Amino acid sequence: MTEAVAIENLSVTFTGGSKPVRAVDGVSLSLGQGEVLALLGESGSGKSVTLRSLLRLHPPKRSRMTGSIRVAGRDVLELSPGELADFRGGVVSMIFQEPMLALDPVYTVGAQITEAIRRHEKISAADARKRALALFERVRIPSPDRRLDAYPHEMSGGMRQRAMIALALACRPSVLLADEPTTALDATVQIQILLLLRELQRELGLSIIFVTHDIGVAVEIADRIAVMYAGRVVESGSVRDVIRGPRHPYTRGLLASRVERAQKGDRLETIPGSPPDLTALPPGCAFAPRCSLAAPQCREIVPPLAEVGPAHTAACIRVAETV
Amino acid sequence: MLLYILKRILYVLPVAIGVSIVCFLLVHITPGDPLTAVLPVDATLELQQQMRALYGFDKPLPVQYGLWIWRVVQGDLGASIATGRPVTSEVFNAVKNSLALAAAATLIGFVAGAGLGILAGYFRGGWVDRIASFVSVLGVSVPHYWLGMVLVIIFSVQLGWLPATGGGPQGSASRSWDWDYLRFLVLPAVTMSVIPMGIIARTVKALVGEILNQEFVHALAAKGLTERGVFRHVIKNAAPTAFAVMGLQLGYLLGGSILIETVFSWPGTGFLLNAAIFQRDLPLLQGSILVLALFFVFLNLTVDILQAAIDPRVQRA
Repeated sequence: MTEAVAIENLSVTFTGGSKPVRAVDGVSLSLGQGEVLALLGESGSGKSVTLRSLLRLHPPKRSRMTGSIRVAGRDVLELSPGELADFRGGVVSMIFQEPMLALDPVYTVGAQITEAIRRHEKISAADARKRALALFERVRIPSPDRRLDAYPHEMSGGMRQRAMIALALACRPSVLLADEPTTALDATVQIQILLLLRELQRELGLSIIFVTHDIGVAVEIADRIAVMYAGRVVESGSVRDVIRGPRHPYTRGLLASRVERAQKGDRLETIPGSPPDLTALPPGCAFAPRCSLAAPQCREIVPPLAEVGPAHTAACIRVAETV
Repeated sequence: MLLYILKRILYVLPVAIGVSIVCFLLVHITPGDPLTAVLPVDATLELQQQMRALYGFDKPLPVQYGLWIWRVVQGDLGASIATGRPVTSEVFNAVKNSLALAAAATLIGFVAGAGLGILAGYFRGGWVDRIASFVSVLGVSVPHYWLGMVLVIIFSVQLGWLPATGGGPQGSASRSWDWDYLRFLVLPAVTMSVIPMGIIARTVKALVGEILNQEFVHALAAKGLTERGVFRHVIKNAAPTAFAVMGLQLGYLLGGSILIETVFSWPGTGFLLNAAIFQRDLPLLQGSILVLALFFVFLNLTVDILQAAIDPRVQRA
C-alpha cells in the first residue's frame, strides 16, 4: 500500500495566550492510499489540531509547527503561500463539524461550490454549475437544481452536511479530512452521512482521516484507529485489534466507559480524574495520574510507541499487564 | 420579497400617524398661545380673537388636528408666521441643503471609517489597529463645532483655499453641482464626517474581527481561496450591518446638524429649526419637525428593505 499521508513527529504549539499550549506533541501517523484512519480522543486531545495541521489552518502568527507532513510526496509545512492555496481543496480537502458555521451564510451553497471549482480550474461559470449539480446528485440531495440556489439557513442539518461533502469533493481531492462530521447531526442522519461517506470513499478511492470522539462511529467507518491523549498518540492499530484487544490503559478506559453496553441500573464506568492541562503536562506519561496501573517510572519518562502485535502499537511501559 | 416590503410599509403607517399627532400637540404644550409671540403687546382682545379665528386656534383640538392633517396630506404646512412664506417650500429647500451636506458627510465618513475599520480588524492588536482606533475615538469625541472652527481657521483664514460660510456664491437657491458650489460644501461636510467615521470604523472593526474568527473563514481557506478571495466574503458579510449603521448615521446627521450648520451658516434644516425656535415661528417649527420625523421613519424603512435584500436571513426575523 502506498502512503497518501505521512506525518512525522508533528508538534503544534499555540503561542497566542499567556502560556504556550502544546496541543500536539510529537505525533507520527501514516495513511495508506484508499485507507480510512479514525483519530479517536476526547475534546482537547489534539485530534482536531492534528487534522487542521494537514491544511495548515492554524493562524501562523499564533502557532508554531515542527516536524513534517508529507502528502503526495510534498512537505506541507514547506509549501509557499501560493502552493498552499492550490494544495488546499485541490489535493486535500476538509469536511467541518458544523456545516451551519462552516458555510458562508450570505452566499448560496451553489455559489460556494462553483467558487471552489473555479478557483482550482479554468472553466466557465455554466460548466462549474453543471459540475456542482452533478456533485449534488452524487451526495443525493433531492431536487438538486433548486437546492443549489438555497442559502445554508434554508437547508436542514443533514442537507447542509451533504452540501459540505459535495463542496469538499468539488475539486477531486485524493485525501479527505473529516472533523467530527456527524457530531452535530441527529442519530438517524448520522448513519446516513456515514454510509454516504463510506460509499464515496469506496467509489472514488479516497484516503480519509476521520476525527471523532465516538467509538461507534470509528468502528463503522475506519480501517485503522489511532487513539490520542493530551496531544500524543497512545495506541494505534487496526479497528479489530484496538477494539477487541486494547493495550493502552486509556483505550481500555474509553472502551469500558461506553454507555451503549450498560444495562439499566448498572453503574456507568468512568475514567477517574480529568484530562491534563496542556500548559503544564506532567513530565512522564500524561495519563499516569489517572491510570490504575501507573508505576513510579511512568511519572518520569514519556513512554514511546512500541509494537505490541502485528501493526499494533501502544505507548505504555506496562503493556505486559494489559494482555 | 415583495410581500416583505408591503408588510414593512404597512407597519410604518401607525408610526407616521403617531408622529403627526406628537408634532401637532407640540405646539399646544408650549405655554401661552402660539399667536402671543407675533401679536403686538397692546393688541386689542378683538384683534386677538380675530387672529385666533383666522388661524383656527379657537376650535377644539381634535378638529384642529383634523384640519391640519387634511392640509398636510395635500402638501400644505401653512405659512411661516415670521416671513409669511409657505412652510412647505421653506422646509423642502432646507431639507435639500441638509441632505446634500449629510450625504456628503456620510459618504466621506463611510469610506474613511470602513477603510480604517477593515485595517484595524485585519491587523487586530498591531500598530495599524492602534492608530486606526485612536483616529476613530478622536472622531467620536472631538466637539465638531470646535473642529469646524479650527478647519475654518486653517483652510479659509490661513490658506484661503475654501469659503468659510454660506451655501453657495449666490446663496443656495440656484444650486448647481459644479465646483463653485461644491467648494462651499467641503468644510462643513468634512467636519460633519468625523462622527460617522468614528462610529463606522468601530462597528466595522468589531464586525471584521468577529467574522475573521468564524469557522467559515477557515473553511474558505481550506477550499483554497487566497487572502483576496476570503476578503470578498468578509466584506459581503460585514456589509449589511455596516450599511445599517451608515443609514442610521445619515439619519442622525440630518436632524442633528444644528451646531455645524450654525457654525458654517449652511442653510439647512438645523439652521431653519434654530431660527424657528428663536423666533417662536410655530407653524415653521411644527412643519419642519414633522418633515424631519417622517424622513427618519422613511429612512428606517429603506434601511430595513435594503438589509433584507443583501442578507436573506433578515427576512425571516
